[in-house]
Amino acid sequence: MKFDNIIIGGGLSGLTCGIKLAEQGKKCAIVSSGQSAIHFFSGSFDLLGKLNGQEVKNPLEAIKTLPDAHPYQRVGIKNIARLAVEAPQLLDRAGLQFSGKSDQNHFVLTPMGIMKPTWLTIDDFTRFEQNDVFPWKKAVILNFSGFLDFHTLFVQDGLKKYDVDVQIKNFAMKEFEAIRRNPSEMRSTNIAKVFDQGEDVLNEFAQKVNQLSEGFEVVILPAVFGLFTKNVVTDLKSMINKPLVLIPAIPPSVPGIRSQILLRKRFEELGGTYFLGDIVEEGTFKNNRLVAVQTNNHGNIKLEADQFVLASGSFYSKGIVATRDKLYEPILGLDIDGDIDSEKWLDEKFFNDQPYMHYGVKTDSGFRALKNGKPIENLFAAGSVLGGANALKEGSGAGISLLTSLHVAEQILK
Amino acid sequence: MKKEIFEPFNSSDNNFEQCVKCTICTVYCPVLEVNPDYPGPKQSGPDGERLRLKDPNFFDESLKLCLNCKRCEVACPHGVKIGDIIQLARIKYSKKKPKVRDMILANTDIVGTMASTFAPIVNPIVALKPVRLIMDGVLKIDHHRIFPKYAGMRFETWYRRYAASKQNDFKKHVSYFHGCYVNYNFPKQGKDLIKIMNAAGYGVHLLEKEKCCGVALISNNLIKQATKQARHNVEAFKKSIVDKNMPVISTSSTCIFTIRDEYPHLLGVKNDEIRDKSELATRFLFRLIDSGKLKLVFKKDYRKRIAYHTPCHMEKLGWSIYSTALLKMIPGIDFVSLESRCCGIAGTYGFKKENYKTSQGVGKPLFDQIESSDVDFVATDCETCKWQIEMSTAKKVEHPISILAEALDVEATVKLWQK
Repeated sequence: MKFDNIIIGGGLSGLTCGIKLAEQGKKCAIVSSGQSAIHFFSGSFDLLGKLNGQEVKNPLEAIKTLPDAHPYQRVGIKNIARLAVEAPQLLDRAGLQFSGKSDQNHFVLTPMGIMKPTWLTIDDFTRFEQNDVFPWKKAVILNFSGFLDFHTLFVQDGLKKYDVDVQIKNFAMKEFEAIRRNPSEMRSTNIAKVFDQGEDVLNEFAQKVNQLSEGFEVVILPAVFGLFTKNVVTDLKSMINKPLVLIPAIPPSVPGIRSQILLRKRFEELGGTYFLGDIVEEGTFKNNRLVAVQTNNHGNIKLEADQFVLASGSFYSKGIVATRDKLYEPILGLDIDGDIDSEKWLDEKFFNDQPYMHYGVKTDSGFRALKNGKPIENLFAAGSVLGGANALKEGSGAGISLLTSLHVAEQILK
Repeated sequence: MKKEIFEPFNSSDNNFEQCVKCTICTVYCPVLEVNPDYPGPKQSGPDGERLRLKDPNFFDESLKLCLNCKRCEVACPHGVKIGDIIQLARIKYSKKKPKVRDMILANTDIVGTMASTFAPIVNPIVALKPVRLIMDGVLKIDHHRIFPKYAGMRFETWYRRYAASKQNDFKKHVSYFHGCYVNYNFPKQGKDLIKIMNAAGYGVHLLEKEKCCGVALISNNLIKQATKQARHNVEAFKKSIVDKNMPVISTSSTCIFTIRDEYPHLLGVKNDEIRDKSELATRFLFRLIDSGKLKLVFKKDYRKRIAYHTPCHMEKLGWSIYSTALLKMIPGIDFVSLESRCCGIAGTYGFKKENYKTSQGVGKPLFDQIESSDVDFVATDCETCKWQIEMSTAKKVEHPISILAEALDVEATVKLWQK
């Protein structure tokens, strides 16, 4: 089966790369071993949130001081600035509206009740321009009775630091009795499905919210709206008679799943093929080129392409695997940028910058993956499978995924 | 006697311990969405397995509400065989005996043989409203359901009389696992398959007595019988694949999925020697065309608007691309993609009175898509999806092979390889 480009990995990085290539008329396929980490999406994409433990105000400026091995440095500061403008436009064409600036972080209210710096925020959520002021003085947090994935006390405690008077109220509605019977299934996606099914429930809910929030300036709710249709969020905002602040609940994330669905849909509408639940088992290499990959589902019908992109993720997605004594890239056996000595993988202090977090697939300056010390001419690596950054410490995971995959797509389109 | 906790028995040969509790599977479970009585794939599968290994009394009969669609497995980022874990738990721990109704629904072979023999009598009778009400009351087969019509002449009989002798004229050969539906209900699909394969230069042969793949027996917990039939079929496949070097193709996505994957995973029947050479006809044809060994020529005047529905087992196999790619090769086809959703029937599941509501609830998003698609008909590779869509929408359903057979210019195709 022949394509122009094949991308291994169907998460944020793979989909961004696939959409960009397909928009330029390439016939693309994405092979994804299962649903992706977009299901854990908090609602915001970070470019650079922290540097040496300090909050970053202007990510584009701060990036300049990052080490040379960092993916941003390897993409190039100028390119980053340009691609950072392109990324939200690409998302917008997929039906996902984000706002934010790459030269000035804004803030979002986290489930822990603190203000966190970020780059792009999806329009379900509220953007705050300052991290020391909460714009309202009297807030009510509302939660569905029996919904355990929204920790109201954390939010209340957090907001107290901003001198906000916060009350928590729980409420029940008969529409949720059925899912409540089964406590393990009272999850945000199941609540969202109830709202997706009918306007009546949403109307009744909005009335209830308006009653319960009388006397308060702002309503805080868990982000459980609009799984398959975004209208639920916009409708709800118009029905509630005061500002509404949504806060991410424990995953799977409702806006995250909606984002995954819309990105995949955009890719497929552009003619892309998305193989879900399939695994690349091996690659056929010839003269320093990857000619084809063999997958579990397609067996001896190999998938061929002119260029390949490895966007298989880091340790969690098994893009890189560590056993007791071995660190390796499991799909194509590529070279790894990381310490051979397993003693050096970990810092014994858990909250320190862990060395293993910086490990990833080795590439040349053009993001071509290395195998046995030599770059594979038509195989690029993008996203968190790349090493050189501790995305968790820096708050740079989504930025690296989006921008390296756009950069790699540009290399392919050259 | 109860086993001691520290004996090695609390290990499992499935991979439930790979589950990281991310809950993504529950998002894509079609049953959970409409029936809160079902505990969901995570709890029924890996979570429950942990408990069942300690004490089988933790088994919950509500696991029978699982459709076995395997969409949880397709969604799982960590490759946990959630659907298999649930089905294996039912096989191992369920104490409920199958009802008479379940045996009737599951024994497609025996019932099919009887019903097709008396087809002129059986067809009108089971279609009568009073009869359907009696079946509903006595057997708990929902009265909304209409049984597929039985054919007067079985496919096997037709083949022996009219097709068998011509098959040796070809240089290349395949065996055909037709399945119960083609044999008893819809021989035309088998005839269409032979038409295409012959046009492609292949003689088509039947296996040395095939038996029902057993999917309905598995889902109705008639495991002994299912295992017996599985062993029989693997032997029959071996005679074709190993002894005669003839691959086996089928037109039923569920039969082939059961034979390739459920035999080893659920019944413990090994199929290593035959698995790779047992596949769907659409995949077999696609491979020939993709590798340049075959070219199909289509009629110039064929014009249809067609939507393709991905059956759950095709989603799991990842093979719908073969069917859709073949359909898209027909120049006169206006192709409409449907979002992949379960139709809700799941073989015999939707025929049971207690499941009717769930079944239709699961299928609704698909039915809505089909009704608004403005197509001439729907294409799909699964026979029970076909019944469900025809019972629940205004559209007719055709198998991709039948559509190809209709659109194919046989003479022009044959000329290309005869030269």
